[in-house]
Amino acid sequence: MLTYAFKRIGLGLLILIFVMVAMYAAVFLVPGDPASVALGPRATPELKRMLTERMGLDQPVWWQIVQFFRNALTGNLGYDVWSNRPVSTLVMAALPNTLILGVAALATALIIGVPLGCLSVMRRGTAADTAIGVVSVAVIAVPSFVVAIYSLLVFAVTLRWLPAIGAGEAGSIVSQIEALILPALAIALGWIGYIARMVRASMMEVMGEPHIRTARSFGLPEWKIVSKYALRIAIIPTISLVAVGLGSILSSAVFVEAVFARPGIGKLITDAVNTRNYPVVMGTVLIMTAIYVSITIAADLLIARLDPRVRDVFRG
Amino acid sequence: MSSVAEVGASYSGRQRFPALRALLADPITSIALVLVVGFLVTAAFAPWLAPYSPTRIDVLHKLQPPSMEHWFGTDHLGRDLLSRVIHGARTALMIAMVSVAIAGAVGLLLGLIAGYGPRWLDAILVLTFDSLNSLPMIMFALAIITVLGAGTGTLILVITMTSFPSYARLIRAQTLALKNSDYILAERLLDAGPFRIIFIHLLPNVVGPLIILLSMDIPVVIMVEAGLSFLGLGVRPPTPSWGSILYDGYTSIRSAPFMVIFGGLPLVLATLGFTFLGEGLRDYLDPRMRAGRPA
Repeated sequence: MLTYAFKRIGLGLLILIFVMVAMYAAVFLVPGDPASVALGPRATPELKRMLTERMGLDQPVWWQIVQFFRNALTGNLGYDVWSNRPVSTLVMAALPNTLILGVAALATALIIGVPLGCLSVMRRGTAADTAIGVVSVAVIAVPSFVVAIYSLLVFAVTLRWLPAIGAGEAGSIVSQIEALILPALAIALGWIGYIARMVRASMMEVMGEPHIRTARSFGLPEWKIVSKYALRIAIIPTISLVAVGLGSILSSAVFVEAVFARPGIGKLITDAVNTRNYPVVMGTVLIMTAIYVSITIAADLLIARLDPRVRDVFRG
Repeated sequence: MSSVAEVGASYSGRQRFPALRALLADPITSIALVLVVGFLVTAAFAPWLAPYSPTRIDVLHKLQPPSMEHWFGTDHLGRDLLSRVIHGARTALMIAMVSVAIAGAVGLLLGLIAGYGPRWLDAILVLTFDSLNSLPMIMFALAIITVLGAGTGTLILVITMTSFPSYARLIRAQTLALKNSDYILAERLLDAGPFRIIFIHLLPNVVGPLIILLSMDIPVVIMVEAGLSFLGLGVRPPTPSWGSILYDGYTSIRSAPFMVIFGGLPLVLATLGFTFLGEGLRDYLDPRMRAGRPA
């Protein structure tokens, strides 16, 4: 178990280094220097030189990479090219909004998706099962940012039930929750389908196992068998699906934040990409990749603890 | 009671297109097929189907609601929305097919090399696939776009880079499974070179599951193209894209809500059509992969 944990963490660190080196290499290989691209054709040479210096682009590439990691270890991710504010401050200000959005979306999806999957198993082979299956695939297929725009049109613009933009007023929990509902639902919708499908599929496998047959021979009601004895095992693949899916929740968040002008990581990085603000892009990518990689590792270790079969595979 | 001739007729009819018939037995797959064929025809004949040029600006008639002249209305520059939606289908499908084809080819080649090549090369390739796969895709995509700038070429590169690793992993697993099978050993005994073994013998046997996976990724790619174009990081204006139509509509959502409705509808229908067709194809071609949907 411990060896497995170290292996996973080592691979995680390797991935982080790989990403940043690849990004620097890409900047280096692309024709034209980033400073003139960012400033546009009418920039004066002095301005260009100043920006190049500020982005650290006058140094050799390998030195830039070393510097970046050395600074990152001390919590310094560089400075916004335009406003000169530290990137770490910008990321820390935006991060809570994105994390709250992601957690709210995931919680909603689990609360609705798991019971739907169980219902599907209890009513297997009926019209209800088929309907849940088809609707699940449909909601997975529909892009979350289109759901976001349509719900914005219906609930915020036309009905005026909920706010259209922002993350709510600071200090007011009610207004923050109101601002969270539409974006969280837009992201959750597809995940309800994913989770329902996954729970159904893994539970169908479990239903044939001896301990379920034993429970049934004791005359336990079907809902109790499903929710108490089958779900406990069937939930494991769902946990790993959720962990792997965090990346896709993050992508949905980027688009959904853009629609609702929610000041999170998505909005921070899209604005930075649009203005070619390299330090902000690099710092945000590093932080988000680090968070994503560590959550994936945590989920893998959790699964290894929950599921003895996985643990045994990695013990050898 | 049916006559022998009738039975014969229905029998031969069943013989003619057995695959298509089996596929169309499911009503949802049939509807999906109609949608997909519809979008393919629209994309192929866009210049002939569109009533106006998708880039013709007419500021005097901007943000006009749907009418007889402009079925879907006009956008903030007075461009005909229906024409832009029709040409948007062309953009979406072209990018989806080109990038899925490139990513599929790259994944196929690298997967075969990893599966059949020497151990050290396999280790390096697997590490590369895993690193790319364990990145949050959107962060990687945005990083590439920052460096290269937005545009159709960048978009295709981004999609290729983010999707080929899972194709390569699939092909590698298939190759490893087949590598030591008798017919490959026989080829080796007959002194066949690695090129011959990989391209003549392994490739046709590993490509099937990849095609299913590729067809199921087309709606995802359509979604990515629209999403990035919505953010202004995909295809460049004035090229019509469903994503940029949605963005234009989004900026005037209060005054002209029909723009987001007509901009989003084809995107929703296309992703639904391709997804359900992919599901149907997979269930038909490989019943073992049937997971979530009731049999």
